[in-house]
Amino acid sequence: MKLINPKALAKALRQLAFAASAAMMSIGLAQAANLKWAAQNDILTLDPHSQNHATTNNIVGHAYEGLVRYDKSYRIEPCLATSWQTVNPTTWRFNLRKDVKFHDGSSFTADDVIFSFDRIRQPQGTMQIYVAGVKEIKKIDDHTIDLILDKPNPVLLNSLVTFMIMDKEWATKNKSEKVQDYKAKEDTFASRNTNGTGPFLIKEWAPDQRIVMTANKSWWGKSEGNVTDVTYTPIKADATRIAALLAGDVDLVTDLPTQDVARLRATANLFVLDGPEVRTIFIGMDQGSDELKYGIKGNNPFKDVRVRRALSMAVDRPAIQRTIMRNLSIPAAIIVAPGVHGHAAELDKTGPANVEAARKLLAEAGYPNGFEFTLDCPNNRYVNDEEVCQAVVGMWAKIGVKTKLNAMPFGPFISKIQNFDSSAYLLGWGVATYDAQYSLQSLVRTKTTGADGNFNLSKVSNPKVDALVDAMKTEMDKAKRDAMIREALSITRDDALYITLHHQMRPWAMKKSVSIAHNSNDAPKMYYATVR
Amino acid sequence: MVMLVVAFIAFSLFQYVGDPVLSMLGQDATSEQRAQLREDLGLNKPFYVQFAHFVGNAVQGEFGVSFRQGRKVSELLAERFPATLELAVCAALIALISGIPMGVYTALRRGGLLSQLFMGISLLGVSLPVFLVGIFFILFFAVLLGWLPSYGRGEVVQWGRLSTGLITIDGLKHIVLPAITLALFQLALIMRMVRAEMLEVQRTDYIKFARARGLSEKLVNFSYALKNTLVPVITIVGLQLGSLIAFAIVTETVFQWPGMGLLFIQSVQTADVPIMAAYLVMISFVFVCINLVVDMLYVTVDPRLRVDPGGAGRH
Repeated sequence: MKLINPKALAKALRQLAFAASAAMMSIGLAQAANLKWAAQNDILTLDPHSQNHATTNNIVGHAYEGLVRYDKSYRIEPCLATSWQTVNPTTWRFNLRKDVKFHDGSSFTADDVIFSFDRIRQPQGTMQIYVAGVKEIKKIDDHTIDLILDKPNPVLLNSLVTFMIMDKEWATKNKSEKVQDYKAKEDTFASRNTNGTGPFLIKEWAPDQRIVMTANKSWWGKSEGNVTDVTYTPIKADATRIAALLAGDVDLVTDLPTQDVARLRATANLFVLDGPEVRTIFIGMDQGSDELKYGIKGNNPFKDVRVRRALSMAVDRPAIQRTIMRNLSIPAAIIVAPGVHGHAAELDKTGPANVEAARKLLAEAGYPNGFEFTLDCPNNRYVNDEEVCQAVVGMWAKIGVKTKLNAMPFGPFISKIQNFDSSAYLLGWGVATYDAQYSLQSLVRTKTTGADGNFNLSKVSNPKVDALVDAMKTEMDKAKRDAMIREALSITRDDALYITLHHQMRPWAMKKSVSIAHNSNDAPKMYYATVR
Repeated sequence: MVMLVVAFIAFSLFQYVGDPVLSMLGQDATSEQRAQLREDLGLNKPFYVQFAHFVGNAVQGEFGVSFRQGRKVSELLAERFPATLELAVCAALIALISGIPMGVYTALRRGGLLSQLFMGISLLGVSLPVFLVGIFFILFFAVLLGWLPSYGRGEVVQWGRLSTGLITIDGLKHIVLPAITLALFQLALIMRMVRAEMLEVQRTDYIKFARARGLSEKLVNFSYALKNTLVPVITIVGLQLGSLIAFAIVTETVFQWPGMGLLFIQSVQTADVPIMAAYLVMISFVFVCINLVVDMLYVTVDPRLRVDPGGAGRH
């Protein structure tokens, strides 16, 4: 009986296994790279001109594109426009990219830009802010347009990033020239379907279940990653989101509850990518009223700069960073975060609390025994918002200030402060344009109309800052403008117009096989994602 | 009438949930834009005008447009209703099919080991909060053991307006944990009720006479005793089914089950008043219907109720 030679058999099996795995690997490389991504919120619509909502803008921004976009360091780079010049201070000429096709095959031309410009300005949408200041768009030829501005605007390009271009023919064919109206009887086609120029096609949107995106094979650009299919699932409950990552049901989670970060770092097959978020948390104090509505009667203590400085000095920012934020925050001295144009490390230096000096300042200001007021605080909006408020209240108690903490859900909180029904409040502010003017204009400039002081709910009014903000809006000379920004930020800090606490950090967690570039505006871009 | 009262109370409460206009417009909006939107949505009109407007539209089935999503509320609810219905019905079935036999068993074999185990489970079911149970299940079955998916609804098959995941394996795998989580409280409740009723019925005269007559245990227990325990059980089960549909909110949030409960929670967080109002009115409608069905079922189950009350006096 001839027996099978075990050695030969083993060798043959080995060769077979090797060949099989080589075949499978090569198939694997050629195969689609699928990424399952989960975060907290769902999108509101697929229409790029309808709702100014962060998650919606990000996901829809994978299918639609604007004239320009940010690169990894948040500098402006060409997108649907290849170059631009300022013909005169109020006219910018953009040269549009040639040979770009929408997902349905039609060509991208200047007409589409002008159509989108008219569409985004319709009053029933909330995206007009991104073309604020643009009076008109003139067509020079099919691939050249002129943007005519009301006044010179140094940050025009930053706003244009979120001005997304829609195909005129597609919108007309599908009766979607108008943005969804609250009074309308039915959904517009554009709210449920997309046709853009972007790197991904959105194939499906099942609300609160999933969004399925697939790579655009005829995209004009080059993807830095290898992801071809993305399934985005919103998972509202924190514990469930983390459980899904631990169980392997999702590959990437970009909304992490802070208490789970340490555990995820310690998990063998997961990786935590740290990165800053462009959001600063601060406390606003009513400086406009003669008497505090919710606090000590008589003179308004917040009007006195010594009181504000004392309160700021009493806050132990390193302690908050360590114990409450578990090192996921950067103590802040100025009101814009790193990465925002205008931020500088030497302006943003903080230190430990100085209780003695704070007490002295308070006494100088006429409050040797402190005073009392109510602090309004949201409890479900920012990372550990209520705990931060509780900590700050405790720190102020050390200098004799008795603070009543009024924590509430964000819905009623935001109504309260917008009605100026608060004497002090905690708020967070993200910087969509990556330029300090955005924060200075909305928060610190005296309220007038439009975007000036539209979130200045503490009635801050400093004439010097007002003059600086007004000047920087139209100053095209970079050096001069940067100096104005620097001064305005310094005054805000030195006069403690707001008590800045920290800039948030936003880690992301993913399987070790996934890598992606971190992004500080909480808008992960799938063309930076790679799956091994 | 009930529904009108519910609508009125709901609407009054909504004055305090916060300003929907901010969540609709985002932080960039100017105060002029916000004022304009308030005007457009009719939020500046006095309360009774808004309420009358709402009721007038509601009776036509028109609930307005969601503030947050800009879509018709009736469509949103219709889209999400099958998921909640599927979950609630599965949970109700699990609770009934397990609860009644378990209740009978623990009544008949008091003190046995299995009975003690069932009673222990029912204690946990009644005392543990739903979200905790849900999270434990996810931890054990999805994270540690990896047998079942941790969230979502899985593959569904669409039949016109209805969708169901029950005929796909993927859908079945997804519904197991949420359905059991939702069913646990009802199961414990039903089990204890059936047990208590059975024990009481055992002591009644007619059961004693049936036994004295020599009828088999099986006949006595199931044909006579069990049928008589069913009347109070049906009442409770009926009400509970209504609450299953209404309060699957927590289970849906934990498991990211795309039903009406999840929609409602998100509406509360963004002060999306049309959805909240429509949801509450719908739920009160569901309760009213279920109570009607329960009342009708009484007549079939309990023969005493079929007798004309006037006629009883003639004996």
